[in-house]
Amino acid sequence: MLLAMLVRVLFFGVLRDLVGAPERIVEVADGATAGDVVELCRTSGASHAVWTSIALAVNQEYAGRERLLAEGDEVALLPPVSGGL
Amino acid sequence: METGLVAIVRERIDAAAVMDAMKAGADGAVCVFDGIVRDNTRRRRTLYLDYEAYEEMALGQMHGLAAEAVAKFGVREVALVHRLGRLEVGETSVLIVVASAHRGAAFEACRWVIDTLKQTVPIWKKEHFEDGAVWADGEPFPEAIVSGGGAVR
Repeated sequence: MLLAMLVRVLFFGVLRDLVGAPERIVEVADGATAGDVVELCRTSGASHAVWTSIALAVNQEYAGRERLLAEGDEVALLPPVSGGL
Repeated sequence: METGLVAIVRERIDAAAVMDAMKAGADGAVCVFDGIVRDNTRRRRTLYLDYEAYEEMALGQMHGLAAEAVAKFGVREVALVHRLGRLEVGETSVLIVVASAHRGAAFEACRWVIDTLKQTVPIWKKEHFEDGAVWADGEPFPEAIVSGGGAVR
């Protein structure tokens, strides 16, 4: 049996506008990766260029798309940053 | 304002106060980078900016940058403050103060901190113009971050 787990997904900047919410709770299969979460969330404004330039963070540390997730992880989808001046 | 050397704040940043608090007897130089809100983007008149952050992560990254600047350039101490929320033209959005025995290291560390912050710290700005608002494009992430190396270098 394929076990499912819940992860919390956060959206920032233009991604939050595209998705229409600051966060979502998403159900993924056991063994899912951070990249799987991106594809699941890429439903609204899927053709927007930002989707190809985002970085991911898992539990507030930058992570690659192949990063394996665990129940309760916090996955953040980050557009290119524009802090500073 | 928080008194910590590394902070994210929502009120005005008092650059002079942070600079004065940083000076110590062993220092020969204090290098200050005061990033302020410009009145235009590509000649389009800016009314104000709105900054938001993935705050817990941004603060962690900023602490990492300050510590790494000390280790990498041999400066004595780095203060790094970023403001969030609505900022008017001319107000300070980011302040970096580097205290060091010698000027060369102070200049280099200051430049490295602002350049790295602009590529790696999860903060975003929305530019408000007379005819609408847009999220600033931002700089592409370094490869090490996209691949999850996690390094802020």
